[in-house]
Amino acid sequence: MATNANTIIRNGLWKNNQALVALLGLCPLLAVSNTVINSLGLGIATTLTLVLSNGLVSSLRSYILPEIRLPLFVLMIAGIVTIIELTMSAWFYQLYLTLGIFIPLIVTNCAIIGRAEVFASKNRILPSLLDGLAMGLGFSFALLLLGAFRELLGAGTLFSQADLLFGESAKNWQINIFDDYSGILLALLPPGAFIALGLLIALKNAFATQ
Amino acid sequence: MNLPAPFIAAFRVGLFSFIIVGSVFLTFHATKDKIADNKHQALLHSLQAVLSQDHYDNDLATDVIQLQTYTIYRAKKAGRYTAAILTSTTARGYNGDISLLIGISIDGKITGVRVLNHNETPGLGDKIDIKKSNWVLAFNQKSIRDMSSVQWAVKRDGGLFDQFTGATITPRAIVNEVKKAGLFFQQNQQIIFQ
Repeated sequence: MATNANTIIRNGLWKNNQALVALLGLCPLLAVSNTVINSLGLGIATTLTLVLSNGLVSSLRSYILPEIRLPLFVLMIAGIVTIIELTMSAWFYQLYLTLGIFIPLIVTNCAIIGRAEVFASKNRILPSLLDGLAMGLGFSFALLLLGAFRELLGAGTLFSQADLLFGESAKNWQINIFDDYSGILLALLPPGAFIALGLLIALKNAFATQ
Repeated sequence: MNLPAPFIAAFRVGLFSFIIVGSVFLTFHATKDKIADNKHQALLHSLQAVLSQDHYDNDLATDVIQLQTYTIYRAKKAGRYTAAILTSTTARGYNGDISLLIGISIDGKITGVRVLNHNETPGLGDKIDIKKSNWVLAFNQKSIRDMSSVQWAVKRDGGLFDQFTGATITPRAIVNEVKKAGLFFQQNQQIIFQ
């Protein structure tokens, strides 16, 4: 069993990257990656959910009978996501207004149940937490690349609307790469997400085979 | 006591459900008031965007009536009604519903218009959003009564309001919806402010 910390991190970030290799969680990945800030928001929320669900599944793994494990995973993940959503809307309302729509999407991310099944239900709690973190960061990394690519091509900017995530002081973080750029609309629309993801996977494979 | 395996499994599912649903319930209770308060503040904040502060001294978010399809927030100052904010939704945009807040003062002037929700095309139709462009400010101070019906239209239709390059449908939908709400306000002013 791969419980070695190095292996876990390498798997999460690169070798078994949930978005680029396992191709899990494509629904939120493609829907939300139209700007860097949106990607970052979903990345943070997904990583948090992955760490918590891995931790919970791992700490309860001796009570989870094999034949009922899937319904229990679903129950736990849905519970965690709902609690995160409620907590955010109570104490981080501005952030919730931006990320709120993505949080229910996290439930549809099969990477989370995938990690619960493949890793957390068979490993001790610390390696499971680390696995959740590494997988979450790997997913966020792919999200950010997609977001940057699409925002750059689609709108010619980076970090637009950063104030949604970082407050009023971030209003002027927006970087305009090209002046007077009309934008390739395709990049912002769903087909653009598929094309960009395809390119990203090809790029990753090119690196990996070298 | 040795129960058959399916019973143990069922018992475990029940126990887990109880604990998880219980924690969701507790979180819900702990956050309920705070969330309601946040929503109230957010509503006030968006209402304030379409109506300047010198129009009212009441709690805008609580003086609310429902008339036909409109939810109407009423602004009061020194005991007299001064303006109303109408929430309105149009399906005539390019993609899905667009919901609007439209502030109208008692003398028939638009005090402000904001788009609350929309799914218009990024980069084209989304200029109706104040975060993307100032287009929506063109409604400010326009009078429901003085402007002729022809003027309440986008330029392409012979009116006063700009359309966007490559996107006429979205601004047209908004201009028409504001006009409709304005006419509704004018015809029902007595009922709204009674």
